[in-house]
Amino acid sequence: MATDKPKLAVHKFSSCDGCQLALLNLGEPLLALPGLVDIVHFAEAGPNSPNQAVDISLVEGSVSTPEDIQRIQQVRQNSKLLVSIGACATSGGLQALGNFANRHEWMTSVYSDPEKIEVLNSSDPISKHVKVDLQIQGCPVNSTQVIGALRDLLSGVAPRPEVHSVCMECKRKGLICTMVTQGEPCMGPVTLAGCGALCPAAGRGCYGCYGPAEQLNDRSISDRFEQLGLDAQAVLRRFRFIANSAAGFKAASEGLRGDTDG
Amino acid sequence: MQQSAKIERQPGFLPRADFQRLLDGVVKSGYQLLGPVVKDGAIQLMEISDATQLVKGLTNEQQPGRYRLQQTAGERLFDWNHGPQGLKPLCFAPHEVLWVEQKDPLSFTTRLPDVKPTAVLGVRSCDLAALAIQDRHFLHAAGADPHYRERREQLFLIGIDCAHSAESCFCASTGDGPSVNQAVDIGLSELDDGFLVWSGSDRGEAVLQQIDLAAAQTQQLEQMEHQSDQAAQEQQRKLPSAEELMRLYQRLEHAHWQQIAERCLGCGNCTAVCPTCFCYDTQHEVSLDGLSAQNVRQWDSCFSASHSSMGGFKVRGNILSRYRQWLTHKLAGWQEQQGRIGCTGCGRCITWCPVGIDLTKESDAILWEGSLDE
Repeated sequence: MATDKPKLAVHKFSSCDGCQLALLNLGEPLLALPGLVDIVHFAEAGPNSPNQAVDISLVEGSVSTPEDIQRIQQVRQNSKLLVSIGACATSGGLQALGNFANRHEWMTSVYSDPEKIEVLNSSDPISKHVKVDLQIQGCPVNSTQVIGALRDLLSGVAPRPEVHSVCMECKRKGLICTMVTQGEPCMGPVTLAGCGALCPAAGRGCYGCYGPAEQLNDRSISDRFEQLGLDAQAVLRRFRFIANSAAGFKAASEGLRGDTDG
Repeated sequence: MQQSAKIERQPGFLPRADFQRLLDGVVKSGYQLLGPVVKDGAIQLMEISDATQLVKGLTNEQQPGRYRLQQTAGERLFDWNHGPQGLKPLCFAPHEVLWVEQKDPLSFTTRLPDVKPTAVLGVRSCDLAALAIQDRHFLHAAGADPHYRERREQLFLIGIDCAHSAESCFCASTGDGPSVNQAVDIGLSELDDGFLVWSGSDRGEAVLQQIDLAAAQTQQLEQMEHQSDQAAQEQQRKLPSAEELMRLYQRLEHAHWQQIAERCLGCGNCTAVCPTCFCYDTQHEVSLDGLSAQNVRQWDSCFSASHSSMGGFKVRGNILSRYRQWLTHKLAGWQEQQGRIGCTGCGRCITWCPVGIDLTKESDAILWEGSLDE
C-alpha cells in the first residue's frame, strides 16, 4: 500500500546477518518503526523488494563478489541516503582477513572445484565501491545507535558521531579495568565506544570489534601488550581480528613485527 | 557543606569488636550506608549493613598501570587506600538525564535525582579534598548545579586516616593528606585494637551520642599521630610546588610533551578516575516517534575529540595537545580559576592509566629537564 512515509530498505551483502538480527532484537522501538517509515525491503524480517527506490538504505555486509559490486551500485542508485552498518559493511569484516592471505591457495586447499567460486580478491567495505552517507561500526552494531541515527536522518539532522574510547564507557558504568587489575590485554583504550563495554562488563578484555578509536596509539598499546606477556604474533592478532581492515587497525598490524603470511 | 572547615579532634575510642555499633548508629539515624567491599578485584563502595561485609585484612598494591589486592597478616578494615573511584560518581553522576521534553503540547521538565540520605564509610583525605574542589565547581553561587546539589546534600561523610600509603600516593606533597583534615561528619583513625572516633558536625555528633565511646588513651593518640607520619613518610612520589607548577605555562613547547604523546593512548581513563575532573557533555536523545526527548549528561574527557570541537574543527587534534591541556589545566590553570591546583595526590591517574603514565614524573621532566622556552 502506497503511503507518503519515507521508505526504508535493509540490504545484506557478505555477512552473518548479525546486524539485521540486532535490529530485530530492538524490542519495543521496532514496533514504532513502521509508524515512521515504510519498510519496503528487509528480507530477514519479511519484506522482500530489493529493487525499489527508497529514502534510506541500511546496508549490512561487505562487497566480496563481482555480483556484489553490481548490486551495491544498484542499491546506491535507488537510495537517497545509504548507511553502512557493522564491521563488514564499514571495514570488510572478519572475512577481510582473507585480504592478508593468499586467496587462491586457500580456495584450492578447501574446495574441490575452486574454479566454480567467483570472488573478488578482497572483501571490501561498502565505501570502497559507492558513496556512503553514514557509517555505523560494531559487530554487531548497537541497534540503539542505528535507531538514533535513523531518527536524526528522518529529522534532517546529521547524526552525532561517537568519539570516545571504550574506556570511557567502562568508567561511566563503574566497570573495573581488566588490564590494570588482572593484567589482561584489552583493546578498549584504542577502540571506538558504542558497544556499552560489553566484554569488560563480562570481566574480559575488549577485542576491538568497533574498530579504531579516534586517536589510535597502536605502538604504545602494543608495547604494553608485550609487557603483559603477549608475543609479537599475539599482539598482531589483537588488531587483525574483526575490524582487521579498518584503516587504523590495518596499518597497525602491518607495522608490527609479528606480521607474516597471516 | 554544612560541616565546619577544620576539625578539632577530640576522639573517643571504639574497640574493634564493637565497630558494628557505629554502623548500626549510622543506619538507625536514617542513612543508607555505603562501605568498602571487594568487587571484581578492586575496592568499591557498595551498600552494606554489616561490618562482616567490609574489606578485612587487605592492602592494595598500586603502581603505574597496576592494581592488586593483597592479604595482610592483620585484622584491619582500612589497610588499603582506595579503589578506582572516590566520591565523584556519588555527586557528579557518570550518566544522568537532566531534563525531559514533550512536543505536544511543548513542555520541558527538569528531572532531579531521587537520592536517599547516604553515609559513606572510609573516605580518604585526598577524596575529601577533591570533594571540596568539586563543590566549588558545581555549587558555585553564580550557577549551582541542581543535580549535583541534590546528591551532595544527602551525603554523610565518615572519613578515615590513612595509616599507610600506596606506591602511587603523593597527597602529602599537595597538602591534602594522608590524615583527614577536611570537613567530615565522623572521623576515624584505625588502631590495632580498635578505632579513634570523633565527630565533625552536629549530624555526626548525633550519631556518636548513640554510641558509648571510651575515653582515648594518650598512647592511642600517639599511635594515631605516628601512623599519619608513617603514611606520609612512605610516599615516594611528590608534585612540585604550586608556584613551580605555574611554570608549566612557560614550557608548552618542551620536547617531553612529544615523548608523553608517544605513550599516551588518549583513552581518557585518567580523567574518569580523577576525583576532581568535572568535564561533561550533554546530548539530546530523541524518541523514535519524535514526540519526546531527553537531555542526557555524561562524563566527557579532554582526551575526546568532541571536547575541543568548535564548529566541526578540532582545536586539539592530537594526543600531544590533549595531554598538555589536561596537565597544564589541572596543575596550573586551576590555580587561576579555583585558587589551588586541581590535584589532591590520590594517584589514581597513575594506577589506572593502562600504560602507567605518571603525572608526577612527567611534571618533573617538563619543569626540570631541558632549557626554558624563550
